[in-house]
Amino acid sequence: MEPREDILGRIRSRLNRDARDAPAAQHRMREWLRARRQGPRPEIEADTPARFAARAAALSSTVDAVEEIAHAPAAVARYLAANSLPLAAVCTPQVAALPWSAAGIEVAARAARDEDLVGITGCFCAIADTGTLMLVSGAASPAAVSLLPETHVAIVPVSRIVPCMEEAWGLARAELGELPRAVNFVSGPSRTGDIEQTIVIGAHGPYRVHLILVRGA
Amino acid sequence: MQFRQRAAASLADAGLQSKLVSIKGKFVDKRAEAVRELPNFEAMREAGEAIRDLVLDDLDVWLEEFERNATARGATVLWARDGADIRRHVIDIARRHAVTKAIKSKSMLSEEADLNGALEAAGITPVETDLGEYILQINDNEPPSHIIAPVMHKTKDEVSDLFERVHRRPRKTGITEMAREAREMLRAHFVSAQMGISGGNFLIAETGSVALVTNEGNGRMVTTLPQVHVVITGVEKVVPTLEDLSVLLRLLTRSATGQSISNYVSVLTGTRRPGDLDGPGHTYVILVDNGRVGLVGGEFREMLRCIRCGACMNHCPVYQTVGGHAYGWVYPGPMGSVLTPLFVGMEQALDLPYASALCNQCGEVCPVRIPLPELLRRLREKQVERRLRPLGERLALRLWAWVAARPALYAFGARLAVRYLRWLAGGDDRIRVLASAPAWTQGRDFPAPEGRTFRESYADGKS
Repeated sequence: MEPREDILGRIRSRLNRDARDAPAAQHRMREWLRARRQGPRPEIEADTPARFAARAAALSSTVDAVEEIAHAPAAVARYLAANSLPLAAVCTPQVAALPWSAAGIEVAARAARDEDLVGITGCFCAIADTGTLMLVSGAASPAAVSLLPETHVAIVPVSRIVPCMEEAWGLARAELGELPRAVNFVSGPSRTGDIEQTIVIGAHGPYRVHLILVRGA
Repeated sequence: MQFRQRAAASLADAGLQSKLVSIKGKFVDKRAEAVRELPNFEAMREAGEAIRDLVLDDLDVWLEEFERNATARGATVLWARDGADIRRHVIDIARRHAVTKAIKSKSMLSEEADLNGALEAAGITPVETDLGEYILQINDNEPPSHIIAPVMHKTKDEVSDLFERVHRRPRKTGITEMAREAREMLRAHFVSAQMGISGGNFLIAETGSVALVTNEGNGRMVTTLPQVHVVITGVEKVVPTLEDLSVLLRLLTRSATGQSISNYVSVLTGTRRPGDLDGPGHTYVILVDNGRVGLVGGEFREMLRCIRCGACMNHCPVYQTVGGHAYGWVYPGPMGSVLTPLFVGMEQALDLPYASALCNQCGEVCPVRIPLPELLRRLREKQVERRLRPLGERLALRLWAWVAARPALYAFGARLAVRYLRWLAGGDDRIRVLASAPAWTQGRDFPAPEGRTFRESYADGKS
């Protein structure tokens, strides 16, 4: 017997499935999927941008804020200069149209390569509860731009900050329909606690995550 | 070798003991802190339990729903009864796509199947990329001692020595520098491997997605860079919706490491879409039984709720004292003591249900409220029912039952025993060495009886 039929057959027999019971099980499943019940969640203060910034900082991201999106490149340039990082970056096509060269940053909008040192992305939305970015893969937002470079800079419109993960899923359903290949929730620079359970920042992903909140967007 | 012998060896290993003492409590404190932040954590545990149970009660229909949705988005769903099926599937996939190197994110299922050995034998190089698993792999494939902290038994100096020997680079002493060296060694593999192998923390039925929870970023590399991604995960991992996933994620990371969320949570659905600039072109999800189906709908079904956070072992006084290797198979601690006998056979792990004081620390912290001590007790019962206990123990219990059913004989025996023990104490209030069971008094004293049995004193008081 094929493994699939063998496994499903044994599960059915252990659950005493019969002709009467199987439609009932289908019905229970449909009902649960339709209801999409939300479970208990942490209490979130009303000022979600403040919560987002505080949580992100607690997870070792650095946070800056600008009034409008056109000011973001200059803020990125200041950050790169202050940290002695090159003024050259790979960026997602999503943010490529911002005035980067006016701010003195040379950007290449493409998938990331191993040698890229700085990656600049937007975000699909951000979650106040945990200080988390929600990134979705797509033609305008390749996944590895936030992963391969040692420094990840993300532009976060304040209007896209939602309280919890449940709202993020709601936005994804409303705006994307079905899920893209990869939804990545990013909460600060990569880290490991594998040696002596001592947390160090900088494992395989970025060493630095810098967030630029955009108040007017 | 059984738990008893391995535990004795762990206790006699002074180096291991000092490490266990130094990390004891780290996970415990972090979890406590994370849980204190949430006044409704108990409600979350109850919700998590309910979500897991509703899937397990109708597991067949939920698996079919997951399979339907995953397939519709371009993933290939395969099924594996056991380790042999897993190995066959993975090697078939590797051959189909001309894979010579596979990068791996941590997968306990791959340990269950001993996959690395099979890959090597088939001419495919497996590279473990989780820092802990990487350390174990370059140390001659040493087994992990914890499900989320696989090198918990190693000191930083031991890792320094190992890196210096294997990497042939100047010795590093700081953990940050060692992590950087591992990053540099592994980058070349990340960008050159043709296949990525990962586990899956959850399968989402609604969308056909696989959720992966990591901190280092290696999980994202493994599932983004190679052309082929293979997920190996248990059939019990299904959750219904993205909302249900959100509840379980809150429980998982707080219970595991005390994080409100792990650094990276990836929800992967199907394969690369038209226009995508990165991501695998082929995604396979292998759904594994390997003993799990035998628990469905039965008296150990609660164990299938497990989301592999490791809180039970972190809080277990036995685990804290002997470490993970003493448990002998893939899963240590209380969850391992339940799973190992059920997965590999009760006869193979007779000691494990007894590797617990049944103190219920594990049950108290389990994020999905698995009654671990109750399951351990049920396993002990099974051993008795199946006559798996040693002959001496069985005879002794039968003799005791025979005596206990005869009140006069029992009273006489008790009088005799009490007087013998008092004589053994020789005037002291405790017995330092119990002649008939010297092991019992190795780490403690036996309190000496006062000289008369309860029934004797009771009879006196009445008259």
